[in-house]
Amino acid sequence: MSETTFLDSTELVLNMGPQHPSTHGVLRVILKLDGEKVLGTDCVIGYLHRGVEKIGENRTYAQFNPYVDRMDYVAAISNGLGYCLAVEKLLSVEVPARAQCVRVILTELNRIASHLLWLGTHALDIGAITPVFYCLREREEALKIFEKYCGARLTTHAFRIGGLQYETYDGFEQDIRDFNKWFLPKVDEYEELLTNNRIWVGRLKGVGILSGDECKEYGVTGPVLRAAGVKWDIRKALPYSGYEKYEFDIPIRENGDTYDRYIVRMQEMRQSVRIMAQAVEAIPEGPIMGKVGKVIKPAVGEAYVSIEAPKGELGYYVVSDGSTQPYRLRVRPPSFVNLQALDRMVAGGLIADVVAIIGTLDIVLGEVDR
Amino acid sequence: MADEQKPGGSEAPPPSGSEAPKPAAKPAADAAKAAPPKPAAAAHPAPPKPPATMAATPWDSDLARDLKTHFAESITETSTYLGQSFLVAKPDSVIPILEYLKLEADFDYLVDVTAVDWPKRAERFDLVYILYSFSRNERIRVKTHIAEGFKPETATGVHLTANWLEREVYDMFGIEFAGHPDLRRILLPEEWQGFPLRKDQSILKQDDRWVQENLGIPSGQ
Repeated sequence: MSETTFLDSTELVLNMGPQHPSTHGVLRVILKLDGEKVLGTDCVIGYLHRGVEKIGENRTYAQFNPYVDRMDYVAAISNGLGYCLAVEKLLSVEVPARAQCVRVILTELNRIASHLLWLGTHALDIGAITPVFYCLREREEALKIFEKYCGARLTTHAFRIGGLQYETYDGFEQDIRDFNKWFLPKVDEYEELLTNNRIWVGRLKGVGILSGDECKEYGVTGPVLRAAGVKWDIRKALPYSGYEKYEFDIPIRENGDTYDRYIVRMQEMRQSVRIMAQAVEAIPEGPIMGKVGKVIKPAVGEAYVSIEAPKGELGYYVVSDGSTQPYRLRVRPPSFVNLQALDRMVAGGLIADVVAIIGTLDIVLGEVDR
Repeated sequence: MADEQKPGGSEAPPPSGSEAPKPAAKPAADAAKAAPPKPAAAAHPAPPKPPATMAATPWDSDLARDLKTHFAESITETSTYLGQSFLVAKPDSVIPILEYLKLEADFDYLVDVTAVDWPKRAERFDLVYILYSFSRNERIRVKTHIAEGFKPETATGVHLTANWLEREVYDMFGIEFAGHPDLRRILLPEEWQGFPLRKDQSILKQDDRWVQENLGIPSGQ
């Protein structure tokens, strides 16, 4: 009994990251393993911490606007929208209908770009090489529209507090229509490659299950929550920027596993196209900026505003002391909160599934660490 | 640090209550000194507004009344500002309130836990819990005022998600949560000195020694 052979399993602590291709950034996960089985994890984060909230307290409201793009840098437009909405709430500014409509179009296009990057890298992690090339090809078209609109591709700084800085360029509507028409068959193409692919299904089905109740308990939002059967989307529940005007469905699935999260995100891309298609036909004429003074100085008070970012609930809690700088600017990052559930999702599973589960959470470390 | 704060706190702002005015010393001084150079401004600011407080209105709803009957004096304020409702409670009763809200009123999703530093106030920190109820489709905030060194009870027993959120509050403000299962720094390195989101920490101020030792930057900045 006392003799041990190399077949006896012992607990092994393994460091995954911070430099690891499948952690999607500088995330370090310490894994406690028994053979191939994961017993527990500990996430070490903060490698990208830049003190965004502190910077916010030391900049004026308008100056801070570009900083938010650098949190979730694959969905910069969503970040900007959330921040602008929060400050607009504090100022009680009405954003003109035209600006709201363009905001919705760009935000949904950004959601597609974000989901495409997720799909490509997630598939790459699992071992499907082809989708990443397709996804980046399609994402490029979305980024080109951003570039034509505001000159930047990634950290766009597209919105201003009170509306938009730029009018849409000539042919913007046509570009969106063309994109929609061209993009939907591409989603079919990805689904042909993956949805019924036996390896894909085998690697994802039943992996990293998180039930609806567990999601609520961990504060997990976004596609992860919807894949667990909870039909909740802030665009529907607490609509902002005129989302109540557009017809779209909230895709949900029941099992809460990695495969369901994949399906939910694929369907969300289709829904985004649907929203864009309606919005682009209904862009009203009119001004693009609300009545915002040159100096942004909200009254003493506080507000919490959140939006449905591609990753989940992105919230801004802004406290104003009546000066030109936020007294406190808290960002409620969906990636950070969702990542907390990683331990629950991987514990008891296999080490090979850890990569699949990190991929399916769709975290961006710039946002986790801020 | 607590000793430094207290005399400052006792001279100016009221010890407790609702939203304590932030720049407590300013308005009086402003009225006297800043008035001459700005005649236009001097015309209207003086009489009506008690300065620098949130223009919140009472939160009138069944839930607010229900909470008030249950927690009586523990709830010091129920208000609405910009259509967003919040209540201010005494530190000891926050966790029972969160529990009650979760079990009886279906506020089953803790959106965020964060803090705000008001260094001039005797109870220096605002601790803010943002809650959402899926079934009611309603979002509220539970706030409490705590003094430096006070250890509020952890909310992890009620909402698991409080774990990392409270760790971040500890990391940034140095508020220690009693009974937290794993109270370590989360974003900053474990050996880091100082709590960056406190107002007395300048944005340029880093932990020089840590930077020198670990990053090899001689200036520490």
